[in-house]
Amino acid sequence: MSAPVADMDAIVSVRDLQVQFQTTDRHATVKAVDGVDFDVRRGETFGIIGESGSGKTTIGRALVFLLKPSAGAILHNGLDPLALPRRQFQSHRRDYQIIFQDPNAALNPRMTILSSVLEPLELAREGNKAERLKRAHEAMDRVGLPQDIGARYPHQLSGGQKQRVVIARALTLRPKLIVCDEVVAALDMSIRGDVLNLFAELQRDLGLTYVFITHDLAVVSHISERIAVMYLGRFVELGPTEEVSERPLHPYTQALLSAEPRPLPSSMRGGQRIVLQGEIPSPIDPPSGCRFRTRCQYAQPLCAEKTPDWRELARDHWVACHFADRPNFSPN
Amino acid sequence: MGETQPAQHHGNADASSGSQPLMSVRGLGIRFKTSQGVWQATRKIDFDIAAGERVGIVGESGCGKTITGLSILRLLPNNFAGLDGSILFDGVDLAKCSARVMRAIRGRRIAMIFQEPMSALDPVFTVGHQIAETLRVHTGVGKEEARERTLEMLRRVGIASPDRRIDDYPHQLSGGMRQRVMIAASLICGPQLLIADEPTTALDVTVQAQILELLRDLSETSNTALMLITHDLGVVAETCARMITMYAGEVIEDAAVDDALARPLHPYTSGLLRSLPHLSPRHGKLPSIPGRVPSIMDMPNGCRFKARCPHAIDGCEKEQELRDAGSGRKVRCWRFNELDLPGALQHAPNAPIAALVGHP
Ligand SMILES: Nc1ncnc2c1ncn2[C@@H]1O[C@H](COP(=O)(O)OP(=O)(O)O)[C@@H](O)[C@H]1O
Ligand SMILES: Nc1ncnc2c1ncn2[C@@H]1O[C@H](COP(=O)(O)OP(=O)(O)O)[C@@H](O)[C@H]1O
Ligand code: SF4
Ligand code: SF4
Ligand SMILES: [Mg+2]
Ligand SMILES: [Mg+2]
Repeated sequence: MSAPVADMDAIVSVRDLQVQFQTTDRHATVKAVDGVDFDVRRGETFGIIGESGSGKTTIGRALVFLLKPSAGAILHNGLDPLALPRRQFQSHRRDYQIIFQDPNAALNPRMTILSSVLEPLELAREGNKAERLKRAHEAMDRVGLPQDIGARYPHQLSGGQKQRVVIARALTLRPKLIVCDEVVAALDMSIRGDVLNLFAELQRDLGLTYVFITHDLAVVSHISERIAVMYLGRFVELGPTEEVSERPLHPYTQALLSAEPRPLPSSMRGGQRIVLQGEIPSPIDPPSGCRFRTRCQYAQPLCAEKTPDWRELARDHWVACHFADRPNFSPN
Repeated sequence: MGETQPAQHHGNADASSGSQPLMSVRGLGIRFKTSQGVWQATRKIDFDIAAGERVGIVGESGCGKTITGLSILRLLPNNFAGLDGSILFDGVDLAKCSARVMRAIRGRRIAMIFQEPMSALDPVFTVGHQIAETLRVHTGVGKEEARERTLEMLRRVGIASPDRRIDDYPHQLSGGMRQRVMIAASLICGPQLLIADEPTTALDVTVQAQILELLRDLSETSNTALMLITHDLGVVAETCARMITMYAGEVIEDAAVDDALARPLHPYTSGLLRSLPHLSPRHGKLPSIPGRVPSIMDMPNGCRFKARCPHAIDGCEKEQELRDAGSGRKVRCWRFNELDLPGALQHAPNAPIAALVGHP
């Protein structure tokens, strides 16, 4: 499974990915991502969910080579981009874009909206001036921004409009895959829907693939075909959205689902909550064996001794828990 | 569909039950001086909170939730230009009382916590010192007793090994622990009302669930009323008995949470519910509310939701009052009786959330 052989459908293949950081005092190593395997299939939306600090953003940045893996491999269409000559590597990277939560950080407050949208094309020296302008206008059109907004500055736009500008910017280079890192987290509820609809529409029309990173269960299960659940640098579960959100196999996924506040009248809310004790431990010195064991209500001595295998328990449905296949394990 | 009684386990009082409310807000509004003139940020805010009641204040960013909470404690920014209306708290009008009376109430009888506890904690003092000082300033108890009661409070808010944590500095604690410390500090004097402004927005959902459970338990055991400010309808549903919805600086709906979610009376409340991904079929198009909140500099006359409302007709340009809608409900829409607006009951059966119902 760790051999760098890719699935035919895979636009991205990740094999035993590890990313480590030195803490600022340089005395310790943070294992932000610590051995993750998955494929992203062409045209799908691959959701990654997990608590803050679990390593989601680090994976996203590694996928587009904003940072270099400490170990393991990331293949784009079966090829290792790091093996490409420098120039080719730079042009290859345009196919893989990333968008973050805060559009204010992505937009220069002193640049007009149109200049911001044009900038990636200019940096990439795409076409001549007229062609670049045409593509920038096309991209703005695609995300539903009227042309006259081009002359404005970021502070004159609403949060939802600014996020559209950031999406337009990413689209100008005609990427194949976009990593979306908490892209709707800062938006108000009534606008969030519009932006999620826009992502879905762009995917349909342009054949885009998304890696959709969020801490919001409702958002991720709305937009994704598959969901990976991350805990302390590892995946603990991965499967089709319906499976993971309706028949979760891992105790952590079950706890996450049950912690989600439901906007329903009490008569419909039903069910008991699993309230997890404590908080996510430090990735500098993670628990031995199963990393979730310090908060898991089913933990056994084995869980401290042995790291659970990453197993495909049902078709396409993967889980890392020693006991996930036991009957009556799930508290349902 | 008639089975929408207010939830019993959700706080013990009903503001409309005739007994004196703990706090009664009438016609509250706040104005700011800005370079573009004077802005009316909120206006005509009416609501009551009964002793021990848990009330959620919901609405999108900028609708005036935070400023309403701050107005109650008169924690007003420098550029404020005027406070209208009255805030009757146990017989005292907080909008007009002297600064001295306000100081005696603030922190002792009404406490407030915020989204980012670091902003309220002093980095140079231990958490124990900060909690104990609050108690000493307000009650004059001795050092030893203050420390004892601080330990007890830290234990009550679920801090593990409080005798060690009491001497920690704020930066040594995780976000969830800091919020627990803030809750301990705010409850140490046994206030009658706790105003919590987005207390769990910066926390992970598993920690959020812990903090909400804690707030629920503490309010129940000590009969502390809770005014919970949040943009998250799920958080209100899980924590409060009543939900007050704000839009563009006004209260537009006030009802038992179960009623508001099951059968919202205001088109904005209904639209918000519809736009939640929890309540829409998976992968389908999410309904959204077209347009945006009108600018504080340019508020329309009459109904402030008019430009975005699918039910707007001639007459909506008239000034809208918060009307009594029966069974303890209020709504700022003159058409509420003829509109039959969908709520969570109509959306949920074919939505992914149905799968979560009855889940662990
Ligand atoms: N540049 C960095 N230097 C040191 N530690 C980092 C750096 N980036 C992330 N980390 C650490 O790696 C872990 C994972 O972070 P991140 O990928 O941002 O998680 P998430 O996006 O799931 O919240 C965290 O413990 C974080 O503090
Ligand atoms: N100091 C201030 N000066 C001018 N306007 C302000 C000030 N504080 C808040 N406002 C305005 O008052 C309105 C309500 O703000 P706020 O109460 O913070 O909203 P919410 O908490 O619901 O997001 C907003 O339009 C905001 O811009
Ligand atoms: S391996 Fe053990 S500790 Fe880990 S999730 Fe499974 S039961 Fe819990
Ligand atoms: S008053 Fe008119 S515009 Fe305003 S919410 Fe009611 S129906 Fe809509
Ligand atoms: Mg992140
Ligand atoms: Mg606020």
